Amino acid sequence: MQDGAVIISDLNVVLGKKFRALQNISVELPAGKIVGFIGPSGAGKTTLIRSIVGRQKLAGGSISIFGMPAGSKGLRKTVSYMTQEASVYSDLTVAENLQYFATMLGLKRADMKTEVDRLLKTVDLQAQKNQMVEKLSGGQKQRVSLAIALIGQPKLMVLDEPTVGLDPVLREELWSLFRQLAASGTTLIVSSHVMDEAERCDELLLIRDGKLVAQGSPQKLREQTGTKSVEQSFLKLIGESK
Amino acid sequence: MSPRRTLATSKRVLKQLGHDPRTLALILLVPLLLITLLRYVFDGQRMVFNAIAPMILGIFPLLMMFLVTSIATLRERTSGTLDRLMTEPISKADLVFGYAIAFSIVGLVQACLASVVTLGLLGVTVAGGTLPVIITAVFASFLGTTLGLCVSALARNEFQAVQMVLPIIMPQVLLCGLFVPRDKMATLLQWLSDVFPVTYSVDAMKQVALHTGWAADLTRDLIVIGGCGVLALILGAATIRRQE
Repeated sequence: MQDGAVIISDLNVVLGKKFRALQNISVELPAGKIVGFIGPSGAGKTTLIRSIVGRQKLAGGSISIFGMPAGSKGLRKTVSYMTQEASVYSDLTVAENLQYFATMLGLKRADMKTEVDRLLKTVDLQAQKNQMVEKLSGGQKQRVSLAIALIGQPKLMVLDEPTVGLDPVLREELWSLFRQLAASGTTLIVSSHVMDEAERCDELLLIRDGKLVAQGSPQKLREQTGTKSVEQSFLKLIGESK
Repeated sequence: MSPRRTLATSKRVLKQLGHDPRTLALILLVPLLLITLLRYVFDGQRMVFNAIAPMILGIFPLLMMFLVTSIATLRERTSGTLDRLMTEPISKADLVFGYAIAFSIVGLVQACLASVVTLGLLGVTVAGGTLPVIITAVFASFLGTTLGLCVSALARNEFQAVQMVLPIIMPQVLLCGLFVPRDKMATLLQWLSDVFPVTYSVDAMKQVALHTGWAADLTRDLIVIGGCGVLALILGAATIRRQE
């Protein structure tokens, strides 16, 4: 577990002409863990995520994932990406969405049915298999999107606010799923602006105004700041950095 | 590029249309209604209608496919699905050709229906026969699809995408020789007309209408249309970026 799954060195991203969305970020993310990107909205979490999946043009620095530069061809089956808005085809059924993306990822025809059934079961959408996505609730759409990110058991899953708008029961279920995935060796990056989710991660990056404010396990951050919760640590750290 | 991914993309696009019967009906039936309408507008001038109907068949499929494709690809860009696809092993060519194949199939169905109605029910006669009319109409819809793919990159939202018809397609229709013979226009406009691809789509239909058998100019027109289509596809693929 010593080798970082993701190694970011001196990352800089500029959006538009001069907005410095990410500034001098250097960090190593451990493999097989749940890493939380925590910070207020607009902090740069999504930009960092887009950089890791290779969608973002970098202004400087580098990102290496399992030893390969982010966005390189060799990573396209290894890394999965769930965007913030449910990136699914609303005018297709749940199963059609899964089949299409599975085909794109090179799944064999013979394995299709088993894989689609496995995915539906994992996100608890078996009953909605043949429903149009546009008819589903927000939380259900979110789960279709998550199911797509699960196709082919990727080694790194990058999930942008995967639990937003989900009810507490479902949120609990998803976190136990994330736990299982991490236990089986998958590295997960999960962004959130909800602090109680931060407590569930193995490792946290606190991000604010495009800068890395702190890194460490929730326990380490609490001890370091002498606070009882990650939320309080975050507030204290921000207060110190001002 | 992988044939499996390309065809799966075509299939997916067709399924999306299949789940939307109203759009499908609009694509397939509206041209028929409009051309029928035109037949009765020219009720007292059947010769005129007989001359312009084939040219209209060179424009309608192009126009409809342009609209449908530009909206469909815009949705791909704005819904986040393109973001997702661009982190996956699909190549840009798979995506672009997938779209082009799907909408060309729809264009083929539309062209068949429109040709059958125009030549059969409305009694329009063309010297060259039905098959060349259909072939030309399919080329026209291919051109519309590829122009739509290309232009959707310039639009940020649906309003803009729909408005693109006016600056991109309308000038081409005005200068294509349908309203005024091209040699009667100002010289500058003739030059413009020479480089607009829609001109060749309309000219191809004129060739079919006037000449028995397969005219040499028809081959030239189809090569120009196909070439412009492929060029627009390449440009369309270039507007999709892995990294933004």
